[in-house]
Amino acid sequence: MTLTHTASDALESFPALLERNARLYAAKPAYREKEFGIWQSWTWSETAKEIESLALGLINMGIAEGDYIAIIGRNRPYLYWSMVAAQAVGAIPVPLYQDANAEEMAYVLDHCGARFVIAGDQEQVDKVIDIQDDLHQFEHMIYLDPKGMRKYDHTRLHEYSHVQEQGHAARDELTPELHRRTAKLNYDSTCVMLYTSGTTGKPKGVVLSNRNMIETAKNSSEFDHLKAGDEVLAYLPMAWVGDFIFSIGQAYWTGFCVNCPESPETMMTDLREIGPSYYFAPPRIFETQLTQTMIRMEDAGPTKKKIFDHFMAHARKVGPAILDGKSVSAIDRLKYALGEFMVYGPLKNMLGFGRVRVGYTAGEAIGPEIFDFYRSLGINLKQLYGQTEASVFITQQPDGEVRSDTVGVPSPGVEVRIAENGEVFYRSPGTFVEYYKNAESTADTKDPEGWVATGDAGFFEPSTGHLRIIDRAKDVGQMADGSLFAPKYVENKLKFFPNILEAVVFGAGKDRCTAFINIDLTAVGNWAERNNIAYASYQELAGHPQVLETIQSHVEEVNRSVAQDEMLSGCQIHRFLVLHKELDADDGELTRTRKVRRKIIAEKFADLVGALYDGSPSIYTETEVTYEDGRKGKIRATLEIRDAEVAPVATQKVAAE
Amino acid sequence: MFEGADAVMDASAGYVTEDGRQIGGVLMEMKNITLRFGGVVAIKDISFDIREGEIRAIIGPNGAGKSSMLNIISGFYTPSEGSVWYQGAPRPPMRPYEVARMGVARTFQNIALFEGMTVLDNVMTGRLTKMNAGIANQALWWGKARDEEVANREKVEEIIDFLEIQAIRKTPVGRLPYGLKKRVELARALAAEPSILLLDEPMAGMNVEEKEDMSRFILDVNDEFGTTIALIEHDMGVVMDLSDRVVVMDYGKKIGDGTPDEVRNNQDVIDAYLGVQH
Repeated sequence: MTLTHTASDALESFPALLERNARLYAAKPAYREKEFGIWQSWTWSETAKEIESLALGLINMGIAEGDYIAIIGRNRPYLYWSMVAAQAVGAIPVPLYQDANAEEMAYVLDHCGARFVIAGDQEQVDKVIDIQDDLHQFEHMIYLDPKGMRKYDHTRLHEYSHVQEQGHAARDELTPELHRRTAKLNYDSTCVMLYTSGTTGKPKGVVLSNRNMIETAKNSSEFDHLKAGDEVLAYLPMAWVGDFIFSIGQAYWTGFCVNCPESPETMMTDLREIGPSYYFAPPRIFETQLTQTMIRMEDAGPTKKKIFDHFMAHARKVGPAILDGKSVSAIDRLKYALGEFMVYGPLKNMLGFGRVRVGYTAGEAIGPEIFDFYRSLGINLKQLYGQTEASVFITQQPDGEVRSDTVGVPSPGVEVRIAENGEVFYRSPGTFVEYYKNAESTADTKDPEGWVATGDAGFFEPSTGHLRIIDRAKDVGQMADGSLFAPKYVENKLKFFPNILEAVVFGAGKDRCTAFINIDLTAVGNWAERNNIAYASYQELAGHPQVLETIQSHVEEVNRSVAQDEMLSGCQIHRFLVLHKELDADDGELTRTRKVRRKIIAEKFADLVGALYDGSPSIYTETEVTYEDGRKGKIRATLEIRDAEVAPVATQKVAAE
Repeated sequence: MFEGADAVMDASAGYVTEDGRQIGGVLMEMKNITLRFGGVVAIKDISFDIREGEIRAIIGPNGAGKSSMLNIISGFYTPSEGSVWYQGAPRPPMRPYEVARMGVARTFQNIALFEGMTVLDNVMTGRLTKMNAGIANQALWWGKARDEEVANREKVEEIIDFLEIQAIRKTPVGRLPYGLKKRVELARALAAEPSILLLDEPMAGMNVEEKEDMSRFILDVNDEFGTTIALIEHDMGVVMDLSDRVVVMDYGKKIGDGTPDEVRNNQDVIDAYLGVQH
């Protein structure tokens, strides 16, 4: 056997990295998954064998180089292996959002022309079967969990373990072919194709090469000193670029261990059991955890509550400074140490953050109170700014330079510039190759020199050199009087109140701003319980006069804060209403990554927007909703519209200069 | 006896259901069962059979004698007249635990779980018939007791996984909502690896979503483990969707027996449910 291993020696693909890890970290754990109540684990050398069997099985089933393999399911080691096995046979993995409905799935499967689908369970298999008649290239489906699958027609359906067994049985014949295919992989081969969630229009397939992923994984791992022996919990959607970079990119580059939860419901328990040392979560999760902690503390005995409040106040005072390595008096340090023993340590343990060395949040702005809460406990929570097209990293915060209102400095290897209209552009080794079958969009987004438009407006703070993001560039507009309109800026301020889950601000081209508010059922529901306010549904609670009163006070507080900002003081909210339903991705109002789809909401609730501007005190409306099982229904409501007090604008020099 | 579309079947042959499942021979047969409580006749001369691998429903209006029938099958009541044939032989009067050892497990209309114990412990009690280490061993967690517990725990974990109750594994049952308690009860019954599973109103008091989940689990249990299931249920939609054959009772008598379609079109059944003008 004289196989040339040029490509693998150069570590230019994930199969090559796998081979290295199986040699270097043979007996160290690569994957863990909790199943049957026990953490099952696979070492790097076992992982390599599993992936090899699957890759052989795929060749055995007739997969060709350049084929697309769609992968749908929750985070499980088997599905991560599927991605690398697909790469090893020269195919391109396309992970899909598992909560996508059949229609969304049909578009993506048809667009990439997947011949093979690897699905996690019966639910996903059913969705694909529903749409398979419209998919011309689709041939075979492999499923992981055999539960409920016994009665299915198995002519085009195969169980994952059987594919592996057959591959293993045919290893003598197929191994040379596998080696030939794997050896061909280099930095320019496509590593993965990921579909953007698409706040506007159809999803786009972002083609990312091995160079993009491996260079980015390498740079970001070095930036935060990640190493073999680190632990992560893989629980974010596999179709999201961040999960690919954390659970495959950085994991294969550094050789750390990826842990998969038992089920989505057990995620918090599993987090506590694993105690990851490197952790990522969107702001929403940190927010939920904080809300839950506070709600529970409300129920604690008076002594405990006092101790908690006392030490938390101290933590807020000195915690962040200690974390940043600034000078803090010996007495304060001593008291902080006592607090660590009595409050912070046990609390971190409960939250599963006992061992976190590096934590990141991104995707949305995080409330300063939330951010500071975690930092004050001594959790090194930082922010990063990125997108799929950049293989995640554009900017990130270095240790010791962390603030809630910036997103940090350009990541290693990334160049960032701000265009004249304020839009942020970047160029990096992680910059995507192209949008699949969409040269037009590629050209719109990426110029010939490799600069990519982020679509976000922002600026560098002159004093620190940190980037601050204001809003989506296309959402930043002008009001009727020409003053700047940045809805996200105001929405974020609103969302920082625990009672407000989501907010949508309108006002582009109008003379004043108005808003839709979604209440947070956990926080408001808890408040209602405490105050003996009975309610039967979300809708009823959302329309309760006292709830409206509270929300109004929040809106007015935001108005006062917005009035402080010279540039954006025109964005104060004059009128608002509390929506009768939660904005939902199933109804198309949010993206799968839970971002507000402004345009669709404005169209869908046009009657409500109209009422906000025509001065009427209330409005009757009917809304179509989609239930989880796909059925549709209607909800009717009469919504009260409230006027909020507007704070006087501090100075009138504004943007006129 | 049974007069239906599949009337050709005899004790050994079985039949094939609409969705293509092979149903085996007779597993249990009620022969002319009558049950009296003093002067009250709860069940009057009823005969029907339950075949291997089928889902068999017993329906009827309130007070029709369904639960009494189930209690006869589970061995809790001894029929006043007639006999229960199990696996081809008449079953002598037995204590409930003896019946349980013979592979009959059940859930209850009013959940009968140990409220203070965790879900895991509750499901483990379902394995009681499989454990026979001595009291000393068990007290010391040593030798056979230990091996047994590990082996049984493995089985229990499979069931927890199957019924998707991992997230509440360590939660005391008392803290769970009703729908989940029902699922835990099903888990405990399954833990006994029964050859016949009796479900007394598995969907009572559930909302639509919980009913859908429960229906799916019942079908999955039947499909995956091949367990024969006899169930009592009030929700007609559920019964008609789930079961292969249905027995209809009214005032202690059998008024219908057959596939869901046949039963649906049976005039006596319609009268019993909708009432008749006298």
